[in-house]
Amino acid sequence: MANIDSERSPSAGSDILNGLGRAFTKTWQAVAMPAAAVLVSMGCGALLLALNGFNGWDIFTVMLSGVFQDTRSIAEVLLKATPLILIGVGLCVAFRCSIWNIGAEGQLYAGAVATTAVGIAFPGLTSWIYVPLVILAGALAGAAWAAIAGLLKIYFRASEIVTTIMLNYIAIIATSWLVTGPLKDAAAAYPQSARLLREAWMPKILPPTRLHIGILIAIALAIAAYIFLFRSSAGYAVRVVGISPHAARYAGMSVSRNILLAISISGAMAGLAGAFEIAGVTFRLYQNISPGYGFEGIAVALLANNNPVGAIFSGTLFAVLRSGSEIMQINAQVPQVLVSVIQGIVILSVVGFGVYRFRSARPSE
Amino acid sequence: MGATPFLRMENIHKRFGPVIASAGVNLEVEEKEIHALLGENGAGKSVLMNILCGVLSPTEGQIVFKGSPLRLGSPREAIRHRIGMVHQHFMVVPNLTVAENYVLGHGSPLRVIRDMKQVSTRIRELSHRYGLDVRPDARIHDLSVGEQQRVEILKVLYHGVDLLILDEPTAVLTPQEADRLLALLRDLVADGKTVIFISHKLDEVMRVSDRVSVMRDGKVVFTTRTAETNPRELARMMVGRDVLMDLPRAQTSPGRVVLAVENLSCNNELGLPAVRGVSFEVRQGEIVGVAGVSGNGQSELALALVGLLPAASGSIRLNGEEICGLTSSEINHRPLSHIPEDRHKMGIVLPLPLTENVILQRYDQAPFSSRGMLRFGEITEHTRDLIRRFKVKASHPGEAIQNLSGGNQQKLVVARELARNPDFLLINQLTRGIDIGATELVMQEVLKQKEKGKAILLISTELEELFAICDRILVMFEGQFLGEVPPDRARLEEIGLLMAGNREEAQRLHNRAGAIEA
Repeated sequence: MANIDSERSPSAGSDILNGLGRAFTKTWQAVAMPAAAVLVSMGCGALLLALNGFNGWDIFTVMLSGVFQDTRSIAEVLLKATPLILIGVGLCVAFRCSIWNIGAEGQLYAGAVATTAVGIAFPGLTSWIYVPLVILAGALAGAAWAAIAGLLKIYFRASEIVTTIMLNYIAIIATSWLVTGPLKDAAAAYPQSARLLREAWMPKILPPTRLHIGILIAIALAIAAYIFLFRSSAGYAVRVVGISPHAARYAGMSVSRNILLAISISGAMAGLAGAFEIAGVTFRLYQNISPGYGFEGIAVALLANNNPVGAIFSGTLFAVLRSGSEIMQINAQVPQVLVSVIQGIVILSVVGFGVYRFRSARPSE
Repeated sequence: MGATPFLRMENIHKRFGPVIASAGVNLEVEEKEIHALLGENGAGKSVLMNILCGVLSPTEGQIVFKGSPLRLGSPREAIRHRIGMVHQHFMVVPNLTVAENYVLGHGSPLRVIRDMKQVSTRIRELSHRYGLDVRPDARIHDLSVGEQQRVEILKVLYHGVDLLILDEPTAVLTPQEADRLLALLRDLVADGKTVIFISHKLDEVMRVSDRVSVMRDGKVVFTTRTAETNPRELARMMVGRDVLMDLPRAQTSPGRVVLAVENLSCNNELGLPAVRGVSFEVRQGEIVGVAGVSGNGQSELALALVGLLPAASGSIRLNGEEICGLTSSEINHRPLSHIPEDRHKMGIVLPLPLTENVILQRYDQAPFSSRGMLRFGEITEHTRDLIRRFKVKASHPGEAIQNLSGGNQQKLVVARELARNPDFLLINQLTRGIDIGATELVMQEVLKQKEKGKAILLISTELEELFAICDRILVMFEGQFLGEVPPDRARLEEIGLLMAGNREEAQRLHNRAGAIEA
């Protein structure tokens, strides 16, 4: 018996070392690719700026110092990061289930509309009830909007890529109609809704900046989504369905139910992003409440390798780029188109590295 | 070896990232011979042949073919050098015709349409010459697996090759079809071709090859004239030790009926009848085999038993309880285990770690799950236990299962299913595509289950597998059971005839054998 013990103990020790080593390689692999994507796109951006007669390094420092100038500018970055993180996290769940939800933009609008409708309808509620209520309304509306595409996929085998894009148009145009018609503020000259009742406003966390509690909720939900995907039985089923529907059926999982669950979660997260924009930032519904957060969220999820915790960082990075692009225009007079091109390069290299990773992760046999 | 051989592969290395598939292979093949390439799964046979036919390029090493060095960038270049390969997984487009498949990727589309008649004529001509019975206008998806294989072989011949490589060609065939194929290989050699064929099966290697090379761990460890060796020596070379060919079997007397199937019928995915009213029983402590050429309803039978395919009519009773009509999730909660036919598609989830493959059906059951959360401590412990008990070669429980060889993947699947301690065990292809060492281990484990009094149904296209462990064998043909035969190698031919649907001839053979015995 002593013999067995003496054999066991060193192996247990080396097990721990091996485990640590593996954890390190795993983390390194998870971080190295996205970092390379970001560096490559920065290099390309600098080159492009240089070709147009700008000093890439100067612009870069102007941009960063602008972005991190003071509390207010940092708060603005986090304000932009909030919807990106929320949408990115939701899409991580959908993509893990191999559901290609391209409709986060439309789901965001659906959430914004629902939040507005509820947020102007019930005077007399206290904040403790009203704020959760408007947020919940937004999340449910986003989930319902996404579930349409899920049901179309389940019952008619309609590609969710196509249907979610179509639903984007419907949501965006319906919003335009609502703010020019039924929900229009009679007192305003512009197409906009009435203002949300004060009790429905989300609390600020860093006055006098506009930063609201949404960023904290987004981070908490990212961690919750990570736990759901990788630590819960239900999340395991979502992942198995995403990788191999045949194996999922063999295991007794319902493919349809998991598809519906995954797309609804991603829709709910996009709906939350819309709710936070209304109840935390604008307090009114406008025609173009999203500058494309729903589409940028796809890149956020890809850069994070569909890891919800990673989406916190990639979402923040995209928010920095977004703020930075404004500063490049204002402080360094870099033309708008050039800024758009640089953003495009970032997204392309993110996707490019994503494809590379996908390829190299495939079995070798 | 004074003269330059027909083909020489020198010091071939191939690495996939950290995985070494070929570790300095040297192989020489002479002109107009049948050269068998024998080895366990993961020994590097397929990789080596994929290098030879231009699918993969070697990390190191060179190939000398007909006296000049060969560098191939694609299978099409290999064809240009008159080297062609018939892969294990057929490389044809199912919804095109045979002739269309042959011209696919060769020549401009316009010329192809113009020449189609000519192509068909040539296919008929070649088909006739080698007795292959391939119709150029048949659509691939209408053909049986055996026919598809003939289509593949003829495709390579159509493109005109001198060196033909076949990757485990008999795996999907009846004994008669396999005999025909082996005879065809002889004809091809007589016609001036050279053949390399990859195989697991010692007997066919012994029967048909002129020379044989054995691969182990990415190297050729042994090459000899077939006439100068024997199956035991080859088996030893493959695994590096002696193999028991016959497993000791405890005589158990069957107990009560565990699974009773009555008049079960079901349709395949296309809605065509696949199982036509089969009835059978499986008792405690017996292994019932289902023999048959693939595509005769065995897959559908298996899926119907576990609720993955709806039955059109009939009844399935497990321990007296009707389970026909239950969902697969409900059946997963019954004392029934299922080792599926297609490991990669159904039995495992390739990119996931071993731990997450072990819990596939029990992900929401204690002890692996509690209050909705996975309990990784329990899961890892259980995985370690299975790895140890079934000698699965894996570096750690967190390793992705796709990094394991086929044999080790199957060991884990078998381990997982047996660990569920079922009353009834459904096995569809126990040893498909796995090496001798793993085959022996899983077979012994299944026999142990029988001794414990489990009821086992083993569906297999591999007769050796059925002979080795079954107590009785049902032969399936076109969705029905044509007969029951004891697992006696002497009655191989009879089983073969039943598998080919020839009940009368089988009966005659059986009667004659009976007469001789009397």
